[in-house]
Amino acid sequence: MLSRDLEQQLLASEALVIGASAGAIEALNRLLPAVPEAARIPVVVVVHLPPNRPSLLPEVFASRCAALVREPEDKQPITPGSIWFAPSNYHLLLEADRSFAFSTDLPVNFSRPSIDVLFESAADVFADRLCCIVLTGANDDGARGASMIRERGGLVIVQNPDSAEAKEMPNSAIARANPQIVATLPEIADLIRLATRAAP
Amino acid sequence: MPEDIEIRLLLDAIYLRYHYDFRSYSAASIKRRLAAAKTQLNAETLSALQERVLREPQVFTRLLQFLTVGVSDMFRDPSFFRVLREKVVPELRTYPSIRIWIAGCSTGEELYSFAILLREEGLLDRTTLYATDINPEALRKAEQGLYPIDRLQAFTENHQLSGSKCSLSEYYTAAYGSAAFDRTLRKNVVFSDHSLATDSVFAEVQLVSCRNVLIYFDRSLQDRALGLMKDSLCRRGFLGLGSKESLMFSAHVGSFRDFVASERWFQRC
Repeated sequence: MLSRDLEQQLLASEALVIGASAGAIEALNRLLPAVPEAARIPVVVVVHLPPNRPSLLPEVFASRCAALVREPEDKQPITPGSIWFAPSNYHLLLEADRSFAFSTDLPVNFSRPSIDVLFESAADVFADRLCCIVLTGANDDGARGASMIRERGGLVIVQNPDSAEAKEMPNSAIARANPQIVATLPEIADLIRLATRAAP
Repeated sequence: MPEDIEIRLLLDAIYLRYHYDFRSYSAASIKRRLAAAKTQLNAETLSALQERVLREPQVFTRLLQFLTVGVSDMFRDPSFFRVLREKVVPELRTYPSIRIWIAGCSTGEELYSFAILLREEGLLDRTTLYATDINPEALRKAEQGLYPIDRLQAFTENHQLSGSKCSLSEYYTAAYGSAAFDRTLRKNVVFSDHSLATDSVFAEVQLVSCRNVLIYFDRSLQDRALGLMKDSLCRRGFLGLGSKESLMFSAHVGSFRDFVASERWFQRC
């Protein structure tokens, strides 16, 4: 299903950014175990979270993933080999020197963290060497960021809306970003495995 | 990218014209804030905005609101305030008079959280609070202590979780859609214009709280700001940071020890 060009682009990606909302836990449960322990590139994930308590996502996924699962600190370098989760009540951004940054600016698309905020800052840093994945969700966060990644020459993957628990987010991303790949979760897991596996 | 060049030029222009220094702010956040300002101020490009900012001080005043105002909740991260109440306050009690610096106080939510907690612990009367910010408009709001009533539910929940035995409603009166906080809470507050980027130390204090301000700075400016806090603090004085902020990547890591590191409380060595 994957053309040679897209495979090359996947293999040339230097970071993978993922956004998910309603139905996120189940979808990520199918995907994140595909990231190996010595992953070639960093994986950064925004899930919409309630603002008033700490995120439990690192604990939830740590035992299910071979890669290290954690929340970044301000200014921490974006190193490969980890799955990085955005904390609750902050926007997570990437800086040009490839470190993490945070903001407490107003919610975007009613969300903080917002997927668009991560995706747009990631597009600035990685341009065409970036792959993003938009998963299940019940609003349109991520669509704008994905379209910016697409404009900069990055690779946009969207979960097939028919296979998503909530279709609106994938539908919005498809309408706005013209993704190269629309796929089911098992297919996306294979793409993640390919993108993140350590060089032989 | 032309936009990145425009950002640099605009920040230089602001510094030269108004002496506000945003040149060492975190680039990713500045970019978003300027994009929002550009749209709201109806500028075609950042270069066009720069032209207006240089010639019209009132446009700069409006731009400043985009560049600086961070909205916070009262008692944001209640567990931080629980540690203040249970672990830090007992140490502060040993001082006959207490001085506290709320650095980057913005519109005052953090300041009133401290004042309320100190009153509940019986320390407010012998405490001086320095509330500083670079944005005069934000300082004015902090001094007013008026907040939209729809924010009070979140404030109230946080206040309860911080370990208070009282109701937050004891500290404000509601009228015309706003909650007006008790003016005696700010009796011992000194509101002052102060920049962590360009100003120097102004007092010796036993506690500095600077939360979710450093995240907007790059590493060099973080070091400058943390250096000011270090030099302001007496020995064994306390530093409270935001929940994602740490000393880990700072030049001043050796000047502090962990107090309750999980809640971002540090102590001056």
